[in-house]
Amino acid sequence: MSFLEYAPAPESQAILNLRSDYGLFIDGEFTAGRGAPFQTISPATEKQIAMISNANEADVDAAVAAARRAYDGSWSRLSGSDRGKYLFRIARLVQERARELAVAESLDNGKPIKESRDVDVPLVAAWFFYYAGWADKLDHAGLGPGPASLGVAAQVIPWNFPLLMLAWKIAPALAAGNTVVLKPAETTPLTALLFAEIVQQADLPPGVVNIITGAGDTGQALVNHPDVNKVAFTGSTSVGRAIARSVAGTDKKVTLELGGKAANIVFDDAPIDQAIEGIVNGIFFNQGHVCCAGSRLLVQESIHDDVVDRLKERLSTLRLGDPLDKNTDIGAINSAEQLARIRELSDIGENEGAERWTAECAIPEDGFWFAPTIFTNVSTSHRIARDEIFGPVLSVLTFRTPAEAIAKANNTPYGLSAGIWSDKGSRILAVADKLRAGVIWANTFNRFDPASPFGGYKESGYGREGGRQGLAAYLKPGNRPGQRSVAAPAAKPQASVTRAQSKSKPVARKKAAK
Amino acid sequence: MTISTQLATRERTLSLLGGEATDANLRRYLHGIPGIDAVGLEQRAAALGTRSIKTTSKARAIDTIIGLIDLTTLEGADTPGKVRSLVAKALTPDPGDPECPRVAAVCVYGDMVPYAVAALGAAHSAGTDEGVNVAAVATAFPSGRASLAVKLADTADAVAAGADEIDMVIDRGAFLSGRYGQVFDEIVAVKSACVRPDGSVAHLKVILETGELNTYDNVRRASWLAILAGGDFIKTSTGKVSPAATLPVTLSMLEVVRDWHRLTGEKIGVKPAGGIRTSKDAIKYLVTVAETVGEEWLVPSLFRFGASSLLNDVLLQRQKLTTGRYSGPDYVTID
Repeated sequence: MSFLEYAPAPESQAILNLRSDYGLFIDGEFTAGRGAPFQTISPATEKQIAMISNANEADVDAAVAAARRAYDGSWSRLSGSDRGKYLFRIARLVQERARELAVAESLDNGKPIKESRDVDVPLVAAWFFYYAGWADKLDHAGLGPGPASLGVAAQVIPWNFPLLMLAWKIAPALAAGNTVVLKPAETTPLTALLFAEIVQQADLPPGVVNIITGAGDTGQALVNHPDVNKVAFTGSTSVGRAIARSVAGTDKKVTLELGGKAANIVFDDAPIDQAIEGIVNGIFFNQGHVCCAGSRLLVQESIHDDVVDRLKERLSTLRLGDPLDKNTDIGAINSAEQLARIRELSDIGENEGAERWTAECAIPEDGFWFAPTIFTNVSTSHRIARDEIFGPVLSVLTFRTPAEAIAKANNTPYGLSAGIWSDKGSRILAVADKLRAGVIWANTFNRFDPASPFGGYKESGYGREGGRQGLAAYLKPGNRPGQRSVAAPAAKPQASVTRAQSKSKPVARKKAAK
Repeated sequence: MTISTQLATRERTLSLLGGEATDANLRRYLHGIPGIDAVGLEQRAAALGTRSIKTTSKARAIDTIIGLIDLTTLEGADTPGKVRSLVAKALTPDPGDPECPRVAAVCVYGDMVPYAVAALGAAHSAGTDEGVNVAAVATAFPSGRASLAVKLADTADAVAAGADEIDMVIDRGAFLSGRYGQVFDEIVAVKSACVRPDGSVAHLKVILETGELNTYDNVRRASWLAILAGGDFIKTSTGKVSPAATLPVTLSMLEVVRDWHRLTGEKIGVKPAGGIRTSKDAIKYLVTVAETVGEEWLVPSLFRFGASSLLNDVLLQRQKLTTGRYSGPDYVTID
């Protein structure tokens, strides 16, 4: 037997204490949804994990109303440092329950436990810690003194990083003083519901965080709800476009984080072994279900063959299988639907004349799986070089000069991220300067930090998440004395308006203005 | 390796360099090798360190580790008695379990070689694949600060006394000041001093002392240099300088060995030495070897651990796996 056939090392599911069915989390309580419940399954086994409530329009209404009550009644009146205390508490609870959350995430999403354990959950805690620190420092968010919260935020998140996307949405929203109604993806609601338990544990005032589950129509009802002040969405460009259309003409503030087709540019002077790792991490991390994945490898022609050989050798060591095994590198594709799309686009790539290579690995019988695949001889007109595949499929293209690399990298309707590999610092800076992408990694890929803003150009969306910019997405410039055009009915008679007062009844003010 | 293959090695090196092994030619070659991104290298090493090696895999790993250890004593206070004790431990790591494998070699100072050979007796491999090897550190170990004549005499002395392997140190001063030709020539000369009267050659491990080279780029260049000059093994450290072996440094050396194998088809050995004290750490090295160069490298002719205290920790783990209970330090012998 080969040493490399590591004995199974499954992470125990005993730590999970799941219910057989979950309600909607509205106003601090779990309540049954009024729509037809649906099941959430493990994509690795296709077995049911739990039954999930389905929120219809009335439920959405109730959730938004609860968020509004919490906003007016408690959350917007709290001092920044008090909001910070709640967020710190949530961050610590996430850390305390880290293993449980990681197991639940891998079970529901299909991602390898080593990623949920070492990347997703630690980042979730980091996001809450980071924005907890901001809660009492909003004056420094870049909007001038006394910025005001927006009100109720409607947040719709995707299935690729369920809990992490929740943290990206909820942490800045709460720090800035908003309340939220969040809808996790239909296929991955589990960790959001565990998070609801954490919200209860943290004793957050009821209604500050509401989590409603359901499919696309639930999300649509949520973002279209008239009493929502902010819409934040992460997901596909087509849905993002529909949201942009539906909120047009309203005063809802919008942040969209959409698709991508990132170029990962490898120059001939790159640190080659690390570049290979970076390419692998760029496209095979999380089975390629990453909007900022480095799905287009642009490699300098002079080292193309060497890079492809090394890449194939490296891919042959990747382990595909049980997401809960600690040695698994590639987990399950999240849904049958997504698997079908990856297969379809890969077949198109083959038909268009690109050369397909797939790592040899055993595919489990049940569940949704796709072996790591690379396409060589890809040209920029191929669909696999243009469409977002959102799977473990890499398209390899070549370039001859830095100018050509830049032109090809920018030649996409998207602009979310890019990577540059070179030992020459001046070249990295010069190329980065000319790439139209929201995030550019140099000699690394797919690294995230709460202090760093993340977002796209062009069809990859607008607005930024993370950092000070991510905070500003949930704030508006404050009213200053002398500038107020609207009399706040609840304001005290004193002429000087303190920050707390100016934020206490923004909704009432807005209504008065209408 | 015989003298004729040594000549062939030299021919190949000169053709790779495109000329004589001068400072300029070597510099051109070594500085043309792709660089290393330190952050990326360390991340990769850390990722390899998270492999979870359990049950049957762990049992296998532990026996493999024991068979790859160069059990070492390199103290000023070493005596024939200490060396005999070390040899006894090498031959019978776990007196309670005759199934326990033997270590690969004992590693001692040159003047202790006769005692090690005598203590091993029939168990001394002496050029065969069976038994335990005697490795001697030479070339004014650990600093290497002596004239070439002294280094060669040091080496020849140990070989004559029966050493099967020579662990030499490179001249780090020469390397850091760019005198690559000097480093190269010294390795070639020491390799010649490893030749026995019957034409057979003691295996040469070249110690880079990575803790003094400071950057991964330097480690990579020194690795290439040592291999080009004919080293059979590249070894991280003397154990006298901190940091000694680390997983990222070893990974970067394994990558060189892998690339050399792609280039020439020849397999070079790697020996991390110093600082590896626990089974858990040693298993990370096995994983790194297997996933970087392939598991065919997990044999004594291609991979070694230079260690002393590692063995007892591995034995404790081995006892735990066999009996299901943790024992304690009094249930393994001190050598």
